[in-house]
Amino acid sequence: MPPILNISELRKSYSDGFEALKGVSLQIDAGEIIALLGPNGAGKTTLISTVCGITTATSGTVEVGGHDIIRDFRAARSMIGLVPQEINLEPFEKVINTVRFSRGLFGKAPDDAALERILRQLSLWDKRNSQIRELSGGMKRRVLIAKALSHEPRLLFLDEPTAGVDVELRKDMWEIVEGLKADGVTIVLTTHYIEEAEAIADRVGVIAKGELLLVEDKENLMARMGQKQLDVQLSEPLSAVPKALEKYDLILCDNNRTLTYSYDTRAERTGITKLLSDVSAAGLVLRDVVTRQSSLEDIFVGLVHEDMGGAS
Amino acid sequence: MNWTAIKAIYLFEMARFFRTLAQSLISPVLSTSLYFVVFGAAIGSRIQEIEGVSYGAFIVPGLIMLSVITQAISNASFGIYFPKFIGTIYELLSAPVNFLEIVAGYVGAAATKALFIGVIILITAFFFVDVQIAHPLAMVAFLLLTCLSFALLGFIIGIWAGNFEQLQLVPLLVVTPLVFLGGSFYSISMLPPVWQTISYFNPVVYLISGFRWAFFGTADVPIALSLVAIAGFTSLCLLVIGWIFKTGWRIRQ
Repeated sequence: MPPILNISELRKSYSDGFEALKGVSLQIDAGEIIALLGPNGAGKTTLISTVCGITTATSGTVEVGGHDIIRDFRAARSMIGLVPQEINLEPFEKVINTVRFSRGLFGKAPDDAALERILRQLSLWDKRNSQIRELSGGMKRRVLIAKALSHEPRLLFLDEPTAGVDVELRKDMWEIVEGLKADGVTIVLTTHYIEEAEAIADRVGVIAKGELLLVEDKENLMARMGQKQLDVQLSEPLSAVPKALEKYDLILCDNNRTLTYSYDTRAERTGITKLLSDVSAAGLVLRDVVTRQSSLEDIFVGLVHEDMGGAS
Repeated sequence: MNWTAIKAIYLFEMARFFRTLAQSLISPVLSTSLYFVVFGAAIGSRIQEIEGVSYGAFIVPGLIMLSVITQAISNASFGIYFPKFIGTIYELLSAPVNFLEIVAGYVGAAATKALFIGVIILITAFFFVDVQIAHPLAMVAFLLLTCLSFALLGFIIGIWAGNFEQLQLVPLLVVTPLVFLGGSFYSISMLPPVWQTISYFNPVVYLISGFRWAFFGTADVPIALSLVAIAGFTSLCLLVIGWIFKTGWRIRQ
């Protein structure tokens, strides 16, 4: 099956010379959730805006469901739903009217049953006759999602859907995204929150300075770079790693009070049991034992840092 | 054409109008009544008939034009400026609609509102003065064209405006003077020759003259010229709007 989104060598330069996108290429398959991670000003929003038609690309092509976004903009845009980063809503309008407007704007015939289903899914049905200004911030964000879903898009862009929302609402949002995925909607979300990408994405892309540094299956990415560390904290500092423990490649840190052991969680034998018994046999007294796992955050920080370093 | 989208924009805009229906109607009706009381009854009774028409009746076409032009501009400019201001323009730009459909929705709604108010003022006028309409069809045609062309101008102003002050600037500094000096309250022939010549550079003169002809059968300029002028003005506005959407000026980066 051809990808639902095919971005090829997309470039965007502004009149002041700033290059927001430097030849981004990305293919997204139908039904997947992809998270685009990147620091502020990395080009995430520009990328989404260009695909959706809000910003004009300097060069490169974008196809949505095989339709070019310029030549065949009607077919391409009909497939896209966009949830912007800012809460852009008309304050005096009723929820149901603004959602109905969105559906009509995208050329879909009125369908109150479809709108009811969407509003119920987002827990907005009871608020359908409320004015937008009467809603809480979280509810407003749901209205934005309802608007984006009103024309039943196949590809949904969520531009930082959980920026500035509380933990509970963030979890709610993740559930909504899972629900949409179950309905077969392809989702591209941008986020600052690594845990968000970790929690809901199938694939992760990292953007910095207008370049897509990496796109990889989340599981592979975490497995490839996801080593685990065991910190053995000692009661007394050591002058050096004891000879009996040399085979474990231990690192002595924390003023020589901690021995750090790295291992692969997927390996058949991690070597932890043997290490701990050898530590005990060497006569060392343990104060505590802590394990740490590389998160996407470590990977992300590493990548972006490398890139910044390379650029400077 | 994405007719569903045009209808959606049109109905959404009209809903705003109906939400504030009382405000939308009371203000023009009140100000028109005041004009009739002051110019029609108080001052008008001391002014002799103009071209065989009592002064009170003579100002009716000009008064309607004054309100219709102001309303068409303010409704259309606000209609498109507001989404820019609050950020909801993203939805228009990302929707499967072309510029003609966006313009048709916004300008259509603004023109309808202006037409609505024009008709209300005409009805109000019947309560104060004896108004005859010599060419009803021409009257309707002029009214429709005026609503449409000035809503187009309003749309351009709304796209251009960077803040609320600018939104008010053109109507206050350009349109109101042009309408007042366009023969709303007098015949161009009443002016000294130099000012008559200058007046012919004012596009609103042609509109009001044509509109007045539809009421009383007399005009400052030939009716054909009035039609050419309004058609030319409408085309010019359409050309500018076409250019705006092609280049994305002030709306798309």
